Amino acid sequence: MADARSVAYVRTQAAPVLPPPALSDGALGWLRANLFSGPFSAIFTVLAVAFIAWVAPGLIRYLFIDAVWTANDGASCRSPEVGACWAYIGQKLPFFMYGSYPREWVWRVNMTLVVGAALIVWLLAPKAPAKQIGAFLFFVVYPLLGFILLSGWEKIGLPKIDTDVWGGVFVSLLVSAVGIVVSLPGGVLLAMGRRSTLPVVRIASVIFIEFVRGVPLITVLFMANFMLPLFLPENWTPDRLLRPLVGVSLFASAYMAEVVRGGLQAMPKGQFEGAMALGLGYGRLMRLVVLPQALTKVIPGIVNTFIGLFKDTTLVAVVGIYDFLRAVDTARLDPVWAGPNISTTGYIFAALFYFIFCFGMSRYSQYMERSLAKDRLR
Amino acid sequence: MSGRAVDLPPVAKISPFYDPRVRGFVYQGLLVLALGILIYGAASNAIANMQARNIPTNFDFWNKTSGFDINFTLIPYSAQSTFGDAFWVGLLNTLLVAAIGVFFATILGFIVGVARLSPNWIVARMATIYVESLRNVPLLLQLLFWYNAILKPLPGVRDSIVIPGLSGKPFAFLNNRGLVLPQPVFGAEFDLVLAAFGLACLLAAGFWFYARKIQRETGRRLPSGWAGLALVIGLPAIAYFAAGSPLTLDYPVLRGFNFSGGARVLPELVALLLGLILYTATFIAEIVRAGIQSVARGQSEAALALGLSGGQVLRLVVIPQAMRVITPPLTNQFLNLTKNSTLAVFIGYPDLVQVFAGSVLNITGAAVQIIAVTMAVYLVISLLTSLAMSFYMRLTATVER
Amino acid sequence: MKRISIAIAAGAILAFGATAASAGTLDQVKQRGSLACGSNSGLTGFGIPDDKGQWTGLDVDFCRAVAAAVLNDPTKVKFIPLTAKDRFTALQSGEVDVLARNGTWTLSREADLGLLFAAVNYYDGQGFMVRKKLNVNSALELNGASICVQQGTTTELNLADYFRSNNMKYEGVVFANVDDVIKAYDTSRCDAFTTDVSQLYGERIKLVNPDEHVVLPEVISKEPLGPAVRQGDDQWFDIVKWTHFAMINAEELGVTKANVDDKLKSDDPSIRRLLGVEGDFGKGMGLTKDWAYHIIKAVGNYGEAFERNVGEGSKLKIKRGLNNLWSKGGIQYAAPVR
Repeated sequence: MADARSVAYVRTQAAPVLPPPALSDGALGWLRANLFSGPFSAIFTVLAVAFIAWVAPGLIRYLFIDAVWTANDGASCRSPEVGACWAYIGQKLPFFMYGSYPREWVWRVNMTLVVGAALIVWLLAPKAPAKQIGAFLFFVVYPLLGFILLSGWEKIGLPKIDTDVWGGVFVSLLVSAVGIVVSLPGGVLLAMGRRSTLPVVRIASVIFIEFVRGVPLITVLFMANFMLPLFLPENWTPDRLLRPLVGVSLFASAYMAEVVRGGLQAMPKGQFEGAMALGLGYGRLMRLVVLPQALTKVIPGIVNTFIGLFKDTTLVAVVGIYDFLRAVDTARLDPVWAGPNISTTGYIFAALFYFIFCFGMSRYSQYMERSLAKDRLR
Repeated sequence: MSGRAVDLPPVAKISPFYDPRVRGFVYQGLLVLALGILIYGAASNAIANMQARNIPTNFDFWNKTSGFDINFTLIPYSAQSTFGDAFWVGLLNTLLVAAIGVFFATILGFIVGVARLSPNWIVARMATIYVESLRNVPLLLQLLFWYNAILKPLPGVRDSIVIPGLSGKPFAFLNNRGLVLPQPVFGAEFDLVLAAFGLACLLAAGFWFYARKIQRETGRRLPSGWAGLALVIGLPAIAYFAAGSPLTLDYPVLRGFNFSGGARVLPELVALLLGLILYTATFIAEIVRAGIQSVARGQSEAALALGLSGGQVLRLVVIPQAMRVITPPLTNQFLNLTKNSTLAVFIGYPDLVQVFAGSVLNITGAAVQIIAVTMAVYLVISLLTSLAMSFYMRLTATVER
Repeated sequence: MKRISIAIAAGAILAFGATAASAGTLDQVKQRGSLACGSNSGLTGFGIPDDKGQWTGLDVDFCRAVAAAVLNDPTKVKFIPLTAKDRFTALQSGEVDVLARNGTWTLSREADLGLLFAAVNYYDGQGFMVRKKLNVNSALELNGASICVQQGTTTELNLADYFRSNNMKYEGVVFANVDDVIKAYDTSRCDAFTTDVSQLYGERIKLVNPDEHVVLPEVISKEPLGPAVRQGDDQWFDIVKWTHFAMINAEELGVTKANVDDKLKSDDPSIRRLLGVEGDFGKGMGLTKDWAYHIIKAVGNYGEAFERNVGEGSKLKIKRGLNNLWSKGGIQYAAPVR
């Protein structure tokens, strides 16, 4: 028997591993599969690249290279060759943040914001402990604390600061915070009302929800601004900032109600029946069994409502409230800075701010959606 | 089960206090009472306050002369018209924006939604960037930006950018007052062209039905699309020349500060439309994407296996099925666009809120009536759209076999 | 259940809270310790807060003068910025005690809205501002122009009337907010910007290059601007009216912020009566006898307030014109203190 190894046509060593054909793997392969898979695809790719090549250099020049980073007034921003005037943003930052809130008391605003942010992280972080306490602090204690800090209480040495000097990012956050603090409980009540078996309760809830959802926010703000003082007794004049807060809260409650209703509807009937079989009344059934599960399910929806609410806070400018966008939009009239690039710079800055905020939240909501979907699989 | 055989004890009489029905009545009674007090209190306060402040409580203002002008009207209007006329001007302007906006936002939304699922990496990425960046920035900011961005680079009236026509004569002018176009003037014979157009539409529809019947019976496809297009374009064209070109154009002429003659597209309208379309399209794109993804993969695989091309798969198999998922949220977006058109007040486009809840409210002071009417208009639009949508959903509901 | 109880509580408050008594405005102000002054939300020269919330302007100084007369302290004023839309409701509802917000005195505002204009602290009229490079010298050359205007003011109506009566065409570009009006004018959306002449000067300095713009000579309306109060409180009406008269009288008599303490020793009986050295003219209005002294000490006489806020000493550089004293060619005239 001849050893197989001695036969000439039997290989004695493995053939070297050859790379795959250049066009199906590696950078070229990727290009071919993802950018040039067909004539149309190739045309689109070329168009897209051309578009980027056309826009990007100018944008980068405007935002960075030609931008004015330091200046004490608008003189150096006025020349037609320069780009964004970031120096102006730096100078006006306190105004954009706090409006005309007295500078020596700005720490009160900061403290309110920090406490609020901490509580929100507590509530939204997936594995944080004792969320009931957090919720109690956020929905009951925090509004009181915020009110005392921001508005002032002479007895503890905080002078009163009228709402007409409030402005900027702080007011935008305030409006959306009040909106969410009121609309969550309000939305839960309305959603429960809409699913109630009592016809009067159901009809009242449906009318309210559909009415508010059917009209634009601006008209709700007009109503709150002009009609609220008329509906109240004479000599009662609600604060100018309070009126849009009422309007925004009503508006957000109606939208929140629909989100919560989605969660209630998704609850399996067995949960209700099981709880009833245990002898729980309606109140405890909702509080202990249904709502905790339903609300967890709709966290992404709640966050999305909040994103919408936050973007909608820009509309309060229509009733004369100096929110962040209004502050940016009016600061450009300052004769020290006025110039052709100022408004564009302001808008870009505002857009960045809103984008970071809203995009971050929408990422969080997508993350929650995924982790909730995982829970459901288990 | 043997339970049936057991004699049930007689139902114990429940004390009315624990009877759910009695409780239900009590709760509802209390709610009615509370709402009644609330509404009565608000109404009586409102009446007292309005009398004390001399605020009009009726609609007498409706037929009074308005005294102010509006720079963009679809119906004849001047300062001698009434406040009621101003209402209609505002309403029509709102509907105009809504109609144009819905049309283009839908088209753009579908394109971007499909593009996000495109196998082409760069196209999908660009669509994603567009969607994520614009939907996360407030619409108002975008409107202000577009208004600013449109006005700034455009020249003044006297240095207008001239868009030449076919004959070499200036056709349109672009400046910071807007786009000035020649105004079409319809001759009396133009009715003939309209009649031809109607006839062509009927014929095209008839042919389409006939082609469908043939296809069902024999499998043969007739070019109903091209034939219909030829009819709809060709027939009116023939009628137009037969009637001796009854359409003339009134060309704008620069006179003093502005162009006289012609029709003008306001920069405010363009900025508003641009903002609304680009913003709403991002939401429509997401809806379209979710809708397409909701169609089972097997559907498109089967269609590809049948030899349909990529475009045909999308057009004939995927989108018709996705439409059922897409339609309800899509209608919602149409309503959102309509409601968002109220942001016109910030850039000075004379929509319903700007004209009616703005100028008219300020001049007459009839805040309650005017805001109520404005809200009612949007409610009616919402209700009508919802009705139309539920009608459409019933029409396209899956027929279970 | 919770909602029901809240609703009942709210309903009860609404139904029974409506009977709050209204005391006289003077008592309310004294009790509150501060004057609620309805002000413009931002008009240079008349009422505008700076970045730090400090208010300045002619109307602002007027409110300070009232506070000085009533509370002996010009700083005890709460300025409530009001839009053109809700200024009158704010006064009617009692949210503000006096409305010093460059409002025009008209018949319908007094007769229909239940207001009283106490004085005219600025005689104004509606005018036009255009770019110099347009080479327009008169409003009558504005045929066909685009004109930026604020919504819902008498300005919008005057504009329509003026062009109609002169048989001219125009395009009105209307915004709710005056800042938006200026922005549109600044981006060349309009050929002209129309509002009260004083405001034109005030807004001009906000433009990128104020020197490129010129205010046309035509004044197409009469706009007597002044502080307004609610009807039905004559004592308060008197206080507001005489605050203005005291400032005019002080200018006539040469009493200024700087020399008011020296003038206390003056022999001129008019000055002695004004400053409360002789007689007690404040008593009838419920004020102290040195009420006018406090006013002048706080804000100076009318001329000083004018120069400081809108006149040559300010950024606006408006000439006195009609607002000069009657003895100097203007029409500012005050009844005597006696």
